Amino acid sequence: MSLNPNYTKYHPKWYRKRIPIFWWMQKWAYTKFILRELTSLAVAFYAVVLLLQIRALAQGPEAYANFLNWLKTPVSIVLHGVALLFVLFHSITWFNLSPKALVFRLGKKRIPDALIAGSNYAAWVVFSAAIVWMILTI
Amino acid sequence: MPTNITLEVSRYRPEEEAEPVFQSYEVPFRKDWVILDAINYIKDNIDGTLSYRWSCRMGVCGSCGMMVNGTPVLTCATFLEKYLPGPIRVEPLDNFPVVRDLVIEMTDFMEKLKRVQPWIVREEEKPLSEGEYLQTPVELEDYKQFSMCINCMLCYSACPVYGLEPTFIGPAAIAIAQRYNLDNRDQGNQQRLEILSEDDGIFECTLVGECSAVCPKDVDPAGAIQRFKVAATANWWKSLLMPWGNK
Amino acid sequence: MKKNIDPFWWGLFGAGGAISAISIPVLLFLNGLAIPLGWLEPPAYEDFFTLVKHPLTRLFLFALISLSLLHWAHRFRFTLYDGLQVKHLNELIAILCYGTAIAVTFVAGYILWRF
Repeated sequence: MSLNPNYTKYHPKWYRKRIPIFWWMQKWAYTKFILRELTSLAVAFYAVVLLLQIRALAQGPEAYANFLNWLKTPVSIVLHGVALLFVLFHSITWFNLSPKALVFRLGKKRIPDALIAGSNYAAWVVFSAAIVWMILTI
Repeated sequence: MPTNITLEVSRYRPEEEAEPVFQSYEVPFRKDWVILDAINYIKDNIDGTLSYRWSCRMGVCGSCGMMVNGTPVLTCATFLEKYLPGPIRVEPLDNFPVVRDLVIEMTDFMEKLKRVQPWIVREEEKPLSEGEYLQTPVELEDYKQFSMCINCMLCYSACPVYGLEPTFIGPAAIAIAQRYNLDNRDQGNQQRLEILSEDDGIFECTLVGECSAVCPKDVDPAGAIQRFKVAATANWWKSLLMPWGNK
Repeated sequence: MKKNIDPFWWGLFGAGGAISAISIPVLLFLNGLAIPLGWLEPPAYEDFFTLVKHPLTRLFLFALISLSLLHWAHRFRFTLYDGLQVKHLNELIAILCYGTAIAVTFVAGYILWRF
C-alpha cells in the first residue's frame, strides 16, 4: 500500500468518478468476491473453536464435558452451520483457483488445469475419509 | 426485429459542466451492427460533437474500449442485438480520468507498461555472427498467451483494486512482464521480480479475477499474477536463506 | 533495494488457505455438527485424549490453527482495506490482524506443547 502516490498528474478538468463504499454490491462478480474473502472469518472462527476444544480436553473430563455441552447449544449449532457453508465455499473456490497459481510443464506437455484442481480435491477427500475413519475407530 | 434502438451516451464537456450527463440517441437497429457502428452513426448523422476513440474496428488495436451497461467491452466486438430491446448505456472506461465524453486519460497505464521493462533483457547481447536465438514451439507456447494483449485497458476498468488504489500496477502490466519472463530468450526475470514485488506491485492484487473475465483476448492476467506471486514468494525465501548469488 | 515483506505474509496466507481448505470442512462437520447433533457417537474422553496427545497430531493441529489464523489475518486485512476503504487505518489494521494471528499462534503453541 503506497504512502507516496504519484500516479496520473492532477488536472482540474478531468472527471474522476468516486468509488462508492458499497462498490462490491454493484456487480454479482464483486459480491461473490467479497463473500469469498469473508470466508476467512469462518476459517479463523473454527481454528479458535478447535483450540478451545483442545484446551478443554487438556483440562480434564469435566471441562471437556462442559465444552461438549456448549457445542450442543443452538447458538453453537447455528454458528457452526453458517461457518460450514462459508468454509465449503472457501475450499471449492480455493481448489478451483489453484491451477492459476501452480503451472508446471513436464517435458513437452503442460500439466492440465483439471489435474491440478483434481489433485487438490483428491487430497481433500482422502484427508476427510482418514479423519472420519479415525474418529469412528478410536 | 425493432427498427430502432436507444443509446444513452455519457457526455462530458469540461468547459460546460462539472459532471458527466447522459444524452439519449435513437439509432437504426441492424442485426449486424456493433456498438461502434451505432456510435459512428450518431457522430455522422445526429451529433457531430461526440468524442470517442476507435481505429481498426476488428478487435486488434485496443482503442474502442468503453463501459456498456456497466461492463467494459470492445465496442467494435459487441453486437447491438445482445442488448435488445435497450436502451443501452454507454460510458467511458471506469477507473480512468475522463477527458471528454467517452475519451479517457491513459498516461498512467502507459507509464506502468513501461515500468516492467517489456522487452528482451539480456546480460550480454549475442553477436550477429552467432546467428538467431532459437526457440522451440513448446517454448513459444509457454508465453504465447500473455503476448496476445492488445492494451485495451478493459482489465484495468474491471479491476476494483485499481479503482480503489490507482497506484496499483495493474493486470496488463503484470501480464506483459510475465510474457517476457517466460520467454526463453529473456534474462530479466530477477529485475522484473524486484520491480513487481514492491509496494503497488503484485501483492496488491486480491484475485478478484474480473480482469481475466473481461479480457477480449483470453490473456488471463489473473493467472499471470498468481504465478508471479508464487515466484516472488519463492524468490523472497531464497534471498533470505541464501543471500549469496547474483546482485 | 528495499525488501518488501508482502511475499512473506502472502506465503503464509497461501499455506493457511491450503491446509484449512483441506482439513477444516471435515473437522468442523464432525466436531461442530455431527457429534453434537447426535448423528455420530462421540469418542470416549480417554481415547480422544490419547489421539490428540500424539506428537504428530499436536504438530498438525499447531500448523492448522496457526496457519488458519495467518490466512485470515492477511485476507481480512485486505478485505477491510478494499471493501470498506479504511485506508487511513491501514497500519493499525495490519498490526491488529497479524498481531492477533501471532498471539493465537503463541497460545496454541503453549497449549499444545503442554498437552
